[in-house]
Amino acid sequence: MKAVLQARDVEKKFGAVVAAANINIDIFAGERVSLIGSNGAGKTTFVNMITGYLKPDQGQILLDGHDITPLYPRAITHLGVARSFQIPQVYGELNVLENMLVANACHDQRLSFWQPARRRQAIERADALLDRFALTEHRARRVAELPGGIRKLLDIAMALTSSPKLLLLDEPTSGVSAEEKFPMMETIMAGLGQDQSTTVLFVEHDMDIVSRYASRVVAFYSGRIIADDKPEVALATDDVRRYVTGELLSE
Amino acid sequence: MANQLGTTVSSIATPVRYTVMWALGICIALSLAGMVMPKWLTFLITMAAANGLVSLGIMVLMRGGVVPFGQGMVFAIGGYAAALLSNKLGIKDALLLTLCGGVIAALIAAPFAPLLSRYRGIFFAMLTLALSMVTYGLLMKLEVLGGSDGFNMGRPTLFGQKLPDESVGYIMYVLTISVSTLMALLARIYFDSTRGLITVAAKENELRVEYLGGSVRQAMAINFILAAFCGGLGGSLAVMALGHIEPNFSFWTTSGEFVFVAILAGWQSVIALFVASTVLEVVRSFSSSYFPNTWQMSLGIFLLIVIRFLPRGIGSLWVKGGGK
Amino acid sequence: MLTILIDGLTYASWLFIVALGLTLVFGVLKILNIAHGSFYALGAYAAASFVGWASAMKWAPGFTLVAMLLAAVAVAALVAPLIERGLLRFFYGRDEVLLVLVTYAMFLILEDATKLLWGANPYYVSEPYTLFGNIDIGNQTYVGYDFALVALALVVGMAVWWWLNRTQQGKIMIAVIHSSEIASSMGVNISRVYMVAFSVGIFLAALGGAFTAPMISVQPGVSVGVIIVSFAVVIIGGLGSIEGAAVGAIIVGLARSMAVHLAPVAELFSIYLVMAVVLMFRPEGLFQRIQARKI
Repeated sequence: MKAVLQARDVEKKFGAVVAAANINIDIFAGERVSLIGSNGAGKTTFVNMITGYLKPDQGQILLDGHDITPLYPRAITHLGVARSFQIPQVYGELNVLENMLVANACHDQRLSFWQPARRRQAIERADALLDRFALTEHRARRVAELPGGIRKLLDIAMALTSSPKLLLLDEPTSGVSAEEKFPMMETIMAGLGQDQSTTVLFVEHDMDIVSRYASRVVAFYSGRIIADDKPEVALATDDVRRYVTGELLSE
Repeated sequence: MANQLGTTVSSIATPVRYTVMWALGICIALSLAGMVMPKWLTFLITMAAANGLVSLGIMVLMRGGVVPFGQGMVFAIGGYAAALLSNKLGIKDALLLTLCGGVIAALIAAPFAPLLSRYRGIFFAMLTLALSMVTYGLLMKLEVLGGSDGFNMGRPTLFGQKLPDESVGYIMYVLTISVSTLMALLARIYFDSTRGLITVAAKENELRVEYLGGSVRQAMAINFILAAFCGGLGGSLAVMALGHIEPNFSFWTTSGEFVFVAILAGWQSVIALFVASTVLEVVRSFSSSYFPNTWQMSLGIFLLIVIRFLPRGIGSLWVKGGGK
Repeated sequence: MLTILIDGLTYASWLFIVALGLTLVFGVLKILNIAHGSFYALGAYAAASFVGWASAMKWAPGFTLVAMLLAAVAVAALVAPLIERGLLRFFYGRDEVLLVLVTYAMFLILEDATKLLWGANPYYVSEPYTLFGNIDIGNQTYVGYDFALVALALVVGMAVWWWLNRTQQGKIMIAVIHSSEIASSMGVNISRVYMVAFSVGIFLAALGGAFTAPMISVQPGVSVGVIIVSFAVVIIGGLGSIEGAAVGAIIVGLARSMAVHLAPVAELFSIYLVMAVVLMFRPEGLFQRIQARKI
């Protein structure tokens, strides 16, 4: 099976801080990979290097075999990578449907000076995605007035508009109350569907969610990967228990 | 885009054919009305429409979140281009001159577009201002272009026909109205297009647009060139109506008036733009006779009221979810 | 050669005083004030009136300078609170370009207000110009007033520098320039600081106008030229920077002087060309104080 995403000997430093060291990983199509680690461990840096927002000091990142290391976010998006944000980056002044239409327009390689943004085909595509994420009832509402959980779902739905090969979710359940976390994750997973064509990486702090929804866990600490395995295995390793979940006190 | 209930109206866009019919209707109605209007009124509306085109260019840019303070530059370039083509090269056809004014202004602005697309806020405003003042300075000093006095332009022809004294005013009126309606229509179509939507999104959150795969800089650069085209059209129409061109077309206070109209109108309704432009022309025309020392003050107060109470311009008074 | 230098420095002197006010207001209130030139005009007109009254009251000629200073103070004292409290504070925190538009509206209003108060005919305030006699250098005669103006600029520059860097109030102002949020959270009364900064800014503009009045004809429209060249100075020097205002004023003054004497064709647009070039290659200006908003 060919890897969708590969990182080879990736290194990144910010001054004296090691954000990434010796990162080597292969991620395969259809996987649901959870990135865990405490704050500053290197998960977000890793995500940012994949999207092209940051450039590694050394090493390579490959998408479907293509070296995407030197590319910028826009180019990488067009190659099939999409991300959602911890704080939803949505257009408050527009309504939910219009947000989806923006995503549709941005993804469209053949932008037009006259083709209406609100044409039937684009709206149908947008509505289909909104339906998958249970957002249809909010379709005509101005996004600035909607609660955080809805905006997060919209953020993810927008990212999915481009039918990406690789979807990066940055803390999809953060900012949502404890009772809402699981239902939200259910909605997200339902929205993503089971098809193999989209591989998902999600950064997550809640270990219950991780064990329930991830097919694979990659744990970070001090810029290094300290565990990379099925959830039951990874979450039981000493290093993870010491440096991530806090179950073992570090000496 | 929100009505009082806090929800928005979202429907499949008004089919283009309705908008076209509206545009055609307005154009014909105004043209017919022009036949019974006194000469000063047709002239006033001609100038309002020509100036409105320049402000339309500002609207194109404002939808992307930047305010240009130097549209006078393209206004002047369009005007001087038309006047020079007419006087020096003998090109007399009014329609052709209008088009040339727009195209030449767009061509001259084009090399600056990639540069300007990187700036926002005050710096964008100041850079466009600086460029328009450089143009002004050049125009003032170049004696071949008449220096500070400018020069007169000969009367244009239309489709090969000479324009007789009695009807030249009316014919220029119809030409200007037609070009304005056409540009208003094209602007509306562009605003409702996928590129137009990206512009609006960029205004609110550029980073997300990039992450979704859209190019903000490309949108801004294109908008700048389109605005230059509009400004050039306005300039050539204005010079043909006035019969005279001078460097003042590029002075910063001229640019300021175009911005005034754009702010007054808001960035949502194209019709509001031409209404606002007409308001300015009316105030400007009557001022010299009735209140020469207070008309600028009235404009200033009016602008403050609009900024404070109608931040989306007068267009927001009737625009709900779309529409012309 | 010397003429070019002296001409340039004279021009730079009043320009520095005016631009200093503009840059201070921007640094503290984050407002790029298009109406700044109008305050210059108000200063010039007020000086014309005050000098007129001083002559009418048979004051000694030297006291006309005092009259001009008083004119500037009067303008600042009357106009600054009115505008800052009565108008500007409703728009604080709004988009910076929106604030420029508010000041544009102010400019329009003040243009006509000045016309209403003083009429449309030009005023000439020529008496003070002869106060310092003439100075002969080489075979050229220079007017002493020009040198006095340079001296005034130096005094003003040093006074403002001292105020900002050596007094407590000034240091608070610098804190607000860097971050009004942090300063406010540390207990600084931001509205007072804004008021003071704005008043000083207007005073400087009016001062520039008052002391330049003897050299120009004071008429409607002076503000229009002043503001645009002041913009050039603060852009070149860097918005919010005092050293920038000084260096920018000198550059603009000398460039204009050289153009006028050596290449009249270039005069007008040379300044704006420099401004455009600075914006293109180093938009923060020579002395960076704020980050240019560019992508």
